[in-house]
Amino acid sequence: MLIRASTRLMQSKKRENMSNKNVVEIQNLLKQFPVGGGFFTALKDVNLQFKTGEFSGLVGPSGSGKTTLLNQIGGLDSPTEGSVNVLNMDLVNASHNQRADLRKTKMGFIFQSYNLLPVYTVFENVELPLILNKIESKKRKELVEQAVEWVGLTDKLESRPSQLSGGECQRTAIARAIVHKPALVLADEPTANLDAKNSHQIMKILVNLNQELDTSFIFATHDEKIMEYLKRIIHLDDGQVTQDDIIEKPKMSL
Amino acid sequence: MFKFVLNGILRDRSRSLFPIIIVSLIVALVVFYKGFLVGAMGNMFKDSAVITSGHVKVMTTAYKEERQMLPNDLALLEVDHLIADLSQSHPDHFWSPRISFAGLLDLPDENGETKSQGPVFTTGIDFLSENSRQAELWELDTRIVSGREIRHFNESLVSAKLAEQLGLSLGDAVTFVGTTMDNAFTTFNFIVVGTFDLKMGPVDKQMMLADIQGARMALNMENAAAEIFGFKHDMFYDDKNSQVLRNQFNKMHSDTSDIFRPTMMALRDQNQMGTMVDLADVATIIILGIFILIAMIVLWNMGIMSGLRRYGEMGIRLAMGETKGQVYRSLILESVIIGTIGTFIGTAIGIPLTWYVQEYGIDYSSAFENLSNNTMMMTTVFYAKITPDLFFIGIVPGVVATVLGTMLAGRAIYKREMAQLFKELEN
Repeated sequence: MLIRASTRLMQSKKRENMSNKNVVEIQNLLKQFPVGGGFFTALKDVNLQFKTGEFSGLVGPSGSGKTTLLNQIGGLDSPTEGSVNVLNMDLVNASHNQRADLRKTKMGFIFQSYNLLPVYTVFENVELPLILNKIESKKRKELVEQAVEWVGLTDKLESRPSQLSGGECQRTAIARAIVHKPALVLADEPTANLDAKNSHQIMKILVNLNQELDTSFIFATHDEKIMEYLKRIIHLDDGQVTQDDIIEKPKMSL
Repeated sequence: MFKFVLNGILRDRSRSLFPIIIVSLIVALVVFYKGFLVGAMGNMFKDSAVITSGHVKVMTTAYKEERQMLPNDLALLEVDHLIADLSQSHPDHFWSPRISFAGLLDLPDENGETKSQGPVFTTGIDFLSENSRQAELWELDTRIVSGREIRHFNESLVSAKLAEQLGLSLGDAVTFVGTTMDNAFTTFNFIVVGTFDLKMGPVDKQMMLADIQGARMALNMENAAAEIFGFKHDMFYDDKNSQVLRNQFNKMHSDTSDIFRPTMMALRDQNQMGTMVDLADVATIIILGIFILIAMIVLWNMGIMSGLRRYGEMGIRLAMGETKGQVYRSLILESVIIGTIGTFIGTAIGIPLTWYVQEYGIDYSSAFENLSNNTMMMTTVFYAKITPDLFFIGIVPGVVATVLGTMLAGRAIYKREMAQLFKELEN
């Protein structure tokens, strides 16, 4: 416990040192999609910064631009205008391969429908990002076991996704997203398919990881349960940021 | 990553079992089809080669000009010497003298009077010399309907049709009536020791087979032969090889003032066989090409279906930082693994199937029964042929087509916006 407390202390200091550092900087973002002969504006005049270790959420009704903004931050889509700088990389001018490399080494993704690869075991699903990062086999095993322990699935290492409950699947997906200790995790409606009990479990795991690993989390959600854990809530409506609230004391915490 | 991909293939039946079954079946069919086509074409030429043309054959220039008339007065002389020369200069072939002649066949009654009589076309073949392969080539073990093979120079085999027509029985002494090579009248007695059926429709209707020694005695052609047939040892007609051999031989014997100089003809130079050879080659290429093309389309479609089914997987892998190129290459790696396994299994199925048809053949005789006027020298039993290329030809549809299909299908990954693939994760 003493070691754990000292680790917490070190992380806390580290967070203080890095708290001014932005992991994401978005300026004058405009995203339009061609529709018929014209354009549909999905995002407009978006200016946002996310700092290291933030536990924040993009909140808004369906079609408000949450997922589109998450895709911009993840480098999965390019803006029509404006700039998106993530982890010191200018995504607008970065090549596909540079963006892929950023995702591979410094980012993690969590999806609403888990998207585990069905033919692989929990161990193998969690191991995949490490294989892509060319981590050697022994180290991979160590990291996978650690990640699985974080999410409480040590006894399910050899199970396939079809043998897991929804909550267990999402916990596997979380382990996969954080196994390589990314600086930023993007989570798109991570609890949408889960019941209340599982949703709280998942959120507690994520809050814990946010504190343990100093990883920044950005959620896209309209789930009230998630919002109770968030330290920053950014409201989107019709592709525009309408409100940006810092929550000093979230309703739910560890 | 290879292990990761391999585990995925092995565990996901729709990614492995179904494609491997399809690839295996297509490869097995291609292997068998190629073996059967080659065998069937080879058989078609083999019978013509054995009966009328050889893979190549040598005769005098004068005989060649009038060969339809069977002009034995223009036959080759000093044949033993010529065969020795040919065997030495062309050891990839074996050489056999042949005399074809026509006349009357007379069956006497117990008083020596004519009981029955009819025209006969006789072929004098070297059955009895040491190392002769003629009985094997004529497949007498299967074509003799009754009796036995020739063991003595004055014995003969008569076609079952001719035997029935003349009322011949085994052991009958029949008299050949004709002319010698000097155009003198001749008669010669042959003992009928067997009847045969070439299974080629009416081709053998009036045919009698005799040993060349008997034919030489009957026609007064000591150490002479109308033609010397040359066959490749493996009995497979190689058109290019035969043409080269023919050209070389004729270049060496180009004294145009000597009408008895030996000249060589390839199988393709006789009875419009050249057209048949060319047609067979083109047909084989076209049929096999179409077959492989269809196989490729099937495999391509399979690749597309597999790709569509796995858009979600592609999306998650891209999200995790794989580049499109890496995903594309891993798909190709999968198709190489599946194609290779399918090719191996397909070849392992196709070769024994081809071997079976090579050994036992497919009998089409019922289809030829009604062709009473058929004069084509065509076998009614088709055999496949296992050639070395059958062990490799499966690679074309098995690996190349599978990989090409996957490459084409995989283009969809490039065509699709990454965010769209990503979005499909939620569907």
